Amino acid sequence: MSQNEDMKTLDDPKGEALSSSEASPKAATERHAPREPARQELPQQLYEKRKAVHNKRIDGPFRRFKWLVMLVTLGIYYVTPWIRWDRGPYAPDQAVLVDLAGRRFYMFSIEIWPHEFYFVAGLLIMAGIGLFVVTSAVGRAWCGYTCPQTVWTDLFQHIDRMVDGDRNARMRMDAAPWGPKKIFKRGFKWSIYLAISFLTGGAWILYFADAPTLFRDFFAGNAAFVAYGTVAVLTFTTFALGGFMREQVCIYMCPWPRIQTAMLDEKSLIVTYKDWRGEKRGSVKKAQKNPGEYGDCIDCNQCVAVCPTGIDIREGPQIGCITCALCIDACDKVMAEVGRPRGLIDYATLEDCRREAAGETPRPVWKTLLHPRTVIYFTIWAGIGLALLFALGTRAHVGMTVAPDRNPPFMMLSDGSIRNAYTLKLRNMQGRPRDMVVAIEGLPQASFWTDTINRDEAATSQTVSVPADQTLTMRAYVQVPEGTKPQDFAFSVTAPGEEGESDTEETRLSAPEY
Amino acid sequence: MANKRVDQPTGTETVGHEWDGIEELDTPLPRWWLWTFYASIVFAIGYVIAFPAWPMIHTATSGVLGWSSRGELAKDMAEADEGRSEFRAQLAITPVEKLAGDPDLMARAVAGGRAAFLVNCVQCHGSGAAGSAAGGAKGYPNLNDDDWLWGGDMTAIHTTLEHGIRYPGDDETRFSAMPAFAGMFDDAQMDGLVSQVLSFSGKGKANPVGAQIYADNCASCHGPAGQGDRNFGAPNLSDAIWIYGSSREEIARQIQQPRMGVMPGWSDRLDEGTIKMLTAYVHSLGGGEELIAQPETDTPVDAQVEETDVPE
Repeated sequence: MSQNEDMKTLDDPKGEALSSSEASPKAATERHAPREPARQELPQQLYEKRKAVHNKRIDGPFRRFKWLVMLVTLGIYYVTPWIRWDRGPYAPDQAVLVDLAGRRFYMFSIEIWPHEFYFVAGLLIMAGIGLFVVTSAVGRAWCGYTCPQTVWTDLFQHIDRMVDGDRNARMRMDAAPWGPKKIFKRGFKWSIYLAISFLTGGAWILYFADAPTLFRDFFAGNAAFVAYGTVAVLTFTTFALGGFMREQVCIYMCPWPRIQTAMLDEKSLIVTYKDWRGEKRGSVKKAQKNPGEYGDCIDCNQCVAVCPTGIDIREGPQIGCITCALCIDACDKVMAEVGRPRGLIDYATLEDCRREAAGETPRPVWKTLLHPRTVIYFTIWAGIGLALLFALGTRAHVGMTVAPDRNPPFMMLSDGSIRNAYTLKLRNMQGRPRDMVVAIEGLPQASFWTDTINRDEAATSQTVSVPADQTLTMRAYVQVPEGTKPQDFAFSVTAPGEEGESDTEETRLSAPEY
Repeated sequence: MANKRVDQPTGTETVGHEWDGIEELDTPLPRWWLWTFYASIVFAIGYVIAFPAWPMIHTATSGVLGWSSRGELAKDMAEADEGRSEFRAQLAITPVEKLAGDPDLMARAVAGGRAAFLVNCVQCHGSGAAGSAAGGAKGYPNLNDDDWLWGGDMTAIHTTLEHGIRYPGDDETRFSAMPAFAGMFDDAQMDGLVSQVLSFSGKGKANPVGAQIYADNCASCHGPAGQGDRNFGAPNLSDAIWIYGSSREEIARQIQQPRMGVMPGWSDRLDEGTIKMLTAYVHSLGGGEELIAQPETDTPVDAQVEETDVPE
């Protein structure tokens, strides 16, 4: 099949990186005939020690975009809890607030109650499918730009650069024996790490309580233990994951790269070394001596030097590549210096690589972005979003649940009539107190009173006042004449006013079986 | 033991044993594991010094921190009591008849009363406070309904709770006794009396013989129309609620050999606050009556007790 032929040309010299079973038929047959390797062939150590990554400073369009993304994401993270949002006297004025104690979730004009948690579930599903959309359209863009692990690692690596200098200085510092200077510099660097980590953990708790109050309480020592505990844990994780584990989190710990490898296909944008153009590698001098023998890659290793995960992109697509595109910046810079066209390393789909290698023109970007998978994911994503918006727009701000007493299920009164007791919960989801009319439906002989309304005022409907933004628990005592059969009926609740909202809840009347 | 040798592929020494050609490597423990193990030992020593650890005959070593789970419980309980102290104090100064006037205090009292009820009262009255109506043995009043033997307003319930009913040893206990009429009437007379009793609630036809017997023997307590009298805990015979059953046999049996309930007084077992909370809870079950101003004299309240519920 011609596709196999084409794919073969993509294989790099070592024949490892791109060689899926499809690309290399030989490998495919070998896979199904496993052979036990000789003992001597096994590596003595299966554990590979981490090789420290000292990525070099680089400037370029992608680096500048990364700065922008870092600014925006960190800005959102740190500023959001401080945004105020007026909700009237009965609700907090913090724009985004997860009020666990009060069981409310506030997000600007949206207020979510515990029974509406499906909105949060929906948002999480959207976030998940959003990652699918992004992955199928632009590959691992999430990993490369917006993932917190990437953003914080980037920040910490910048701290490294500020304190210890650029790549070479850092490598020297690493190798240097421990002395006063190294101790001072390491201590200084790690304190900055710690400060950033503390701010990271500290900002997190502000989402769960009124930010200014908590801020004061926290430093006055009056905040809840859970606040200090959370900050301590998040400070530690940020310090460890961002300061020291860094790319190992992406390569060994995070499940997302593994899931993504299953989602990427030949139509996904990935950072690609165009080996058909770059090979055979050789310095500019060598190329001048033997024109025609060498490709565009001058083997300057700048792409490796700038990589935040320490990989060599020329080995082909690999799990360590978070597609941050810094190697594109580095390579473009070098290509400009040696006077060769940019894009030896570039975002490209595998399909386009095949076309380009065969000398055809690559497909336009919009065609790449609009392939069916992307469109399907986007449709699902947008569909869920629209459904959530629709549900949000049409949801009632009145609600009721009814729980009949089960012990005793019914009660004979002295005049022989039958009384059932129910616990009603009336939800007023508006930021103001409202009078609501509770009525019995489908039980014409019945009348009821409540724990606040006397029996001699028993009627088929009662008006109760429900406090703003609260659930009122009330007892309803329903009385029916002697001889009434057990049957279903319903309670209804209506909030008169411009909304005219109502809710109905089916329940059952218990009575003796005559 | 003499056969120790270094295993070539791994570079690790063997333990020196060999079974059918299988040798065991003397692989050292992983460092991290070993250090975790040492750290655990250090932690354990510290723990034994700081916390209760060694079991002795009656107790355990107390540890230098003086911590104990019992002490923690006592502390938690004290804290919980501390949190309730304001409510308790307010409950103490509020007379039981004024309790309903403070809805917040009343709500908290009802909640506290529910807990106390589940500990002290469910054995007879059932967890739903339905008494015999829940299907158990006859004679335990249903506290949910609007029929009260001794009164259903806050003060009446409170008195019943404090002193009990026919509770030996309490001078103020509610007391009455219905005489046993066994052997006093022949079968026809008995039949007539039962008919007469049932007629008050419309379940039977009035009977002249029975009416005469009733007027002579029963009306002084149960009232001329069978409406009962709460001063004596005499049940209302004209309503639909029959604490010992409403069949002819059950009524006849109750006339001949009356059973009378006994309820303990709780003032010697529960504190005043708990009794107030229980009062509030029982009153809140659905049959609680409004308090009516009692006349100073102890003359029997006139016949229409049921209708005096409504304060005018």
